[in-house]
Amino acid sequence: MTGRTTGAPGGRAPGRTTTSSGRLARLLALVPYVISRDSVALDQAAKDFGVTEKQLIDDLNLLWCVELRAPDPYCPIDLSYEGGEIIVTEAESIDRPLRLKADEASALLVALRMLAGIPDLPDRDALSRVIAKLESAAGAAAAPASKVAVEVAAGGGPDTAGHLGRLRDAIARGRRVHLAYYVPARDENTERDVDPMRLLVVEGNTYLEGWCRRAEAVRLFRLDRITSLRVLDDVPAQVPEDAEPRDVDAGLYRPSPDDVVVTLELTAQGRWVADYYPCESVEELGEGRLRVVLRTSDTRWVRGLALRLGDQGRVVAPTELADAVRDDAARALALYEQM
Amino acid sequence: MSRRKTERLLNLVVCLLATRRYLTAEQIRRAVPGYPDSDEAFKRMFERDKEELRELGVPLEVGSDQQGAGGEEIGYRIPRQDYELPDIHLTPDEAAVLGLAARVWQRASMADAASGALLKLRAAGVETDTATAPGIEPRLDTGEPSFPALWEAVRDGRPVAFDYQGVGRTSATRRHLEPWGVVSRRGRWYVVGHDRDRDETRVFRLSRIVGEVVPDGPPGSVTVPPGVDVRRIAFDWGEPVSEPRPAKVRLRAGAAHGPRRWARDVRPVGDGTWDEATLTFRDVDRFAPYLARFADDVVVLDPPDLREAVIWQLKAALAGSGR
Repeated sequence: MTGRTTGAPGGRAPGRTTTSSGRLARLLALVPYVISRDSVALDQAAKDFGVTEKQLIDDLNLLWCVELRAPDPYCPIDLSYEGGEIIVTEAESIDRPLRLKADEASALLVALRMLAGIPDLPDRDALSRVIAKLESAAGAAAAPASKVAVEVAAGGGPDTAGHLGRLRDAIARGRRVHLAYYVPARDENTERDVDPMRLLVVEGNTYLEGWCRRAEAVRLFRLDRITSLRVLDDVPAQVPEDAEPRDVDAGLYRPSPDDVVVTLELTAQGRWVADYYPCESVEELGEGRLRVVLRTSDTRWVRGLALRLGDQGRVVAPTELADAVRDDAARALALYEQM
Repeated sequence: MSRRKTERLLNLVVCLLATRRYLTAEQIRRAVPGYPDSDEAFKRMFERDKEELRELGVPLEVGSDQQGAGGEEIGYRIPRQDYELPDIHLTPDEAAVLGLAARVWQRASMADAASGALLKLRAAGVETDTATAPGIEPRLDTGEPSFPALWEAVRDGRPVAFDYQGVGRTSATRRHLEPWGVVSRRGRWYVVGHDRDRDETRVFRLSRIVGEVVPDGPPGSVTVPPGVDVRRIAFDWGEPVSEPRPAKVRLRAGAAHGPRRWARDVRPVGDGTWDEATLTFRDVDRFAPYLARFADDVVVLDPPDLREAVIWQLKAALAGSGR
């Protein structure tokens, strides 16, 4: 385990189906795609397949060239794209798409079941219908999907139930919301007005993204930390034009040049820290011990973490932070002498 | 893949779909343009092409029309009923959630599989490009390097081996697992299965796997016992079995907001510096570190074992951060 970095880009390049067998898969899908729609405009088809019109025309030419030589030579596919409109007039054999592979069926079914597991999602009915239809269409290929399960937390307790549905509604109607929000890193309760932008599910948690009028910036709010929510029905949301949604594919953790660099040493029992916090580097020290380096804009939570760790780890640097941890512990212990 | 090869494979698929009879390699060679003249080269190329089609998910059937006659050459065909995706019709709201699901995966392997599936469903006439935005954007990250190998193993029912370093272990050890399933909670991934070394059901966290996950037996040799719920095994494991107990604590007024969220009977005591409250807990070993985190904003009065555990925790932190 060396130098693990967080926030690696999601790496989703457009038009990636141009490689190797991806093209053959596209060719096999293209004919039934057109047939099931009678005719399709070139630009629409290019968009649906994630390729340029030039690539698409090359595909169509390739399909048109399909020929079998024996026993009698013939061309089973006849099509045209005159005037920018694709029409397939003859398509023996490949007029239906290829069935789904186990990976394909599972990628969709696992994602659909994850969505179905989100409490308060109003599309649950549509979800269960589409899951049933997809299972039946995929046949045996659907079976492995049951071996992968993803849970999403939408709320933490009784005080957060129903948030998701009400926030979705506020977004749809463009209303401002008032939140009481708990910030665990600082152990603070905060009150703020937020103009909601969208709801996100990232790393198994549900977030509201919005323009926070207190911070005057785009902020993410984890739903299970919203302790109370009021939709301001008579206040329209006003998200500034230049408010940029966060690129969550690059990870939730945002390093900044102003961050404090913190070094912790962990015992074998304290290794879990490397699993739970975004570490800039993780170094094995032998016998299961680790040295991890974190960056943070606010060291208060690290002080809490150090107390939580007890003998499982300690702050090595910066020394002021180690001193602060010692002071925190000493003050707390002094209270136990009195009470 | 070159354009020539794509063209040849496309011809091959159409040829094998069009035939009801099994076609021998020689018949295929005559029908499909693009194969070389040399017998050796043809054989090699045809072998690779068959492999390529199987990887694409094309069901290639091998057999012979004259059964039992003996001596006849085996042939190939693609049975249409096995090749074709059955009819599927989605209502607009179903198509909208399907489109949403297809955008969930963030990493290459599953994201590619999802777009491959969407391509086929679009080809079947499903319109996923609907304007009804569900107003929520779910993402699923499989950034763990071991995820692709473990997914393939559970998909194919294949045992695996890997090095694993659990919390509290001084070094990584080789583990041999019959994997039953892969599950995720709060963004963290776990694999559940039968541990061949311990001869027990075990859960492994993907982030603690060191290095590569390698196959450790043939596909299809893992049987998931009936009634196994991998999610339950993964997440119920380690849950405290002890009964909930009340703890009497002091919370500094205007602070300790975390514990206050679920504290009961909060009432001010003394000069107003402190509130007294009741918290419910099960496991001292988990609860004491949680409370220690709040430093001098929380003081445990009772029960004594919890109080002692917090004091011990604070003393350890004091000793650890000393110069």
